Amino acid sequence: MKRSPLELSNTNIQKRHRKARMFRLLCAGVTWLGAALLAILLIQITLDGIKWLDIQFLTSFPSRFPYKAGVKSALVGTLWLITMIAIVSIPIGVATALYLEELSHKGRIAKIVEVNIANLAGVPSIVYGIIGLAIFVRGLGFERSLVSGALTMSLLILPVIIIASREAIKTVPMSIRHAAYALGATKLQTAWAHVLPASFPGILTGVILALSRAIGETAPLIMIGALTYVAFLPEGPMDSFTALPIQIFNWVSRPQQEFHELAAGGIIVLLVVLLTMNATAIFIRHKTEKKLQ
Amino acid sequence: MSAINLLEESIVEKTAGESESIPSQTFPDEVILDIDNVSISYSGNPAVKHVSFPIAKNRITSIIGPSGCGKSTLLRSINRMNDFIDGVTVDGNFIYAGHNVYSSRIDPVEVRRNIGMVFQKPNPFPKTIYKNISWGPQINGFTGSMDELVEKSLRQAALWDEVRDRLHESALGLSGGQQQRLCIARALAMEPDILLMDEPCSALDPISTSHIEDLLFDLKSRYTIVIVTHNMQQAARISDYTAFLEMGDLIEFGITDQLFTRPNQKRTEEYVTGRFG
Amino acid sequence: MQMREMETLKHSDVNQAKKIDIRKTRVRWGEFLIESSLGLCAMISIFTTGVIIFILAQESLGFFEAVSPFDFFFGTSWVPLFEPSSYGVLPLLWGTMLITIGAALFAIPTGLASAIYLSEYASPRMRAVVKPVLEVLAGIPTVVYGYFALTFVTPLLRKMVPGLEVFNALSGAIVVGVMILPTIATLSDNALRAVPDSLRQGAYALGATSLEVTTRVVVPAGLSGVMASFLLAISRAIGETMAVTLAAGATPNLSLTFLESIQTMTAYIVQVSMGDTPAGGIAYQTLFAVAGLLFVITLILNIVSQWILSKFREVYE
Repeated sequence: MKRSPLELSNTNIQKRHRKARMFRLLCAGVTWLGAALLAILLIQITLDGIKWLDIQFLTSFPSRFPYKAGVKSALVGTLWLITMIAIVSIPIGVATALYLEELSHKGRIAKIVEVNIANLAGVPSIVYGIIGLAIFVRGLGFERSLVSGALTMSLLILPVIIIASREAIKTVPMSIRHAAYALGATKLQTAWAHVLPASFPGILTGVILALSRAIGETAPLIMIGALTYVAFLPEGPMDSFTALPIQIFNWVSRPQQEFHELAAGGIIVLLVVLLTMNATAIFIRHKTEKKLQ
Repeated sequence: MSAINLLEESIVEKTAGESESIPSQTFPDEVILDIDNVSISYSGNPAVKHVSFPIAKNRITSIIGPSGCGKSTLLRSINRMNDFIDGVTVDGNFIYAGHNVYSSRIDPVEVRRNIGMVFQKPNPFPKTIYKNISWGPQINGFTGSMDELVEKSLRQAALWDEVRDRLHESALGLSGGQQQRLCIARALAMEPDILLMDEPCSALDPISTSHIEDLLFDLKSRYTIVIVTHNMQQAARISDYTAFLEMGDLIEFGITDQLFTRPNQKRTEEYVTGRFG
Repeated sequence: MQMREMETLKHSDVNQAKKIDIRKTRVRWGEFLIESSLGLCAMISIFTTGVIIFILAQESLGFFEAVSPFDFFFGTSWVPLFEPSSYGVLPLLWGTMLITIGAALFAIPTGLASAIYLSEYASPRMRAVVKPVLEVLAGIPTVVYGYFALTFVTPLLRKMVPGLEVFNALSGAIVVGVMILPTIATLSDNALRAVPDSLRQGAYALGATSLEVTTRVVVPAGLSGVMASFLLAISRAIGETMAVTLAAGATPNLSLTFLESIQTMTAYIVQVSMGDTPAGGIAYQTLFAVAGLLFVITLILNIVSQWILSKFREVYE
């Protein structure tokens, strides 16, 4: 019996459809693998660390004895650090974005600055750490202080803030700028009164994401020599300090099981801080967007 | 209006490429802005070629022509809004207040303070109605009563009665026609010497359009208005002078009635009678 | 009518009284000052780049006065801290490559598959769930991944793979792969979604199945963005520090398997700075030589990735 060409192509189509369905399932499965990994990671950490989480853990200094150890100095150090980073990096980052988008002439120099910033964003964090060590710790003599840490981290997240702010500023419609210019406003007046307020939610989101990256960064702090054992609280910007990721790293590096569990506890604290920041960003963005409507 | 009729034979008709301007002593109105041999190009591609015509003080001048003829480009060049678009070059003179607007000694910001603009699409600031009006005068050092100025501007734009109770609500809550009148009020609050309007009704429905046409009628005795429109009936209804542009060339400039009823150029006649474009 | 006339008169009076001067009569000093300071802020980024290059170059030059570049780039033994010392960077470079290759083998297929799922198959609601999950995954600090590798991945692997050391390249490569997965997935998703629907519809109209449309039309059309995302992710893997420091160990060697302890360039830098290395010594200078090499490699990858994006960007609008 001879098969007709039509039948032949029918089986061909069925085969092709089967392949397409399998491919689709494969893609979906792989995607959910990512979600599953996140779930496993979070569950694993919670199971390990939850039993150490109590008031004593939050209010104690690190210790050789696991049952006495806590994250007090690390948590306070992280809060100091993030405040100082914010003070340094937000004005400079937003000013740069505003200058590049609104004020500069879109010429060769602007292009060079743009490429330069994109490349700075790709420099590994540990290289920033080395630069911080050479300039702030040694060169300028700030020693292993909060100032050195904050300045190093600020260099690290500046490109992120600049890129996010520029994206936010770009979304402001041209027509609003033109309306202002036609009233005899200068570029600066327009930028200050209209562009900045209209792009505020986007800038804020970018800034908070950048700051959360700074909170989690460990390598640059190790480089500039943030201490791993600090049984006191910093009282000023020139004091030495520790931070949550450093404390976590220190605990993970120890062989004992108890310290690993302490690290998990520290990670939970770190993730809660990060989550709070991101939730605040979403909340503020939601609120400002509503107000603008 | 009667003075204009004296002019008929004295207006020099313009043909493509010609550039001599109308001798000002024969022009019946005071010339507030003289467009003199202006050529504009976008990164080398000519959009407007050797165009010359005067803008009469306290009159409405309309610029008409098929889309892409360069009429908006010409209008935006008057108050140097084209400075914000890359690759635009302007040759020739816009003589205003005794100077060429494009001279290096001129401050474009000062030009825009005196020559206001209303855009094709309503573009209110995402702020309150009140702030939309008050911001321009405020940055320019207005010292009088802001409340009075806001009210006066909104009344001039025939919007006061509709928004008097919600001055401090967002301007984005207004309808399209109301937003456009707000933009006109915003421009009027600066007490502009000249008001440029770039197809101000093209994004609006017929009722809003007639609102704005009525408004222009009211304003014409007090302001110098230059309006770009693709709507010929509109140009015929509201303007005193009309310039007809095609492919960047000024085909004809003259008194509106004359240009629409007895045009000097065949192209003009074909266009206004709707045989092309 | 009378009123109108009056108003008109008044207005033209005002117009006449108002002396219009459009010349540059004053310099806006305040604006000039503010604009200049904003411009200075923008220059900080250029300055930063200059400083990074200057410092890495200066200290590396000091290092190369003591160690010949040939020994550094082609030596196969890295023993910088003990006598007899040896400064061949190849073992560190190999460690970094091992981690990067392993991470890419894991993350490129899964990341691309996720991107295809997100852009071609997932419903808007599903996207709204999966995208934030990927963002959270990308936002988790690297030290957390290090912990995860050491306390979860390695013990699990040791049950499955006999002969696996406590510190090993495999575990490090897997977590680094998980770390760079969101980069590939989100950037590739953006690239695929930029491919216009008309291309897909054209292919479907020819009787192609969804698989054929995806692999023969959509992915090739968005290839430049996809490739750029791979390069960017690889550059991140090379620069990644904490996870490999914690999981992969501190033993510079040229091991060919993923089973042994190795040391990456980044892990070496951490190891040295944990000890109290005095400034100016050769050990201190090795930091800058290794960091300089790291900087150059990642910079090249980033520039190539940007170049691919700008050179082959498909413009459909």
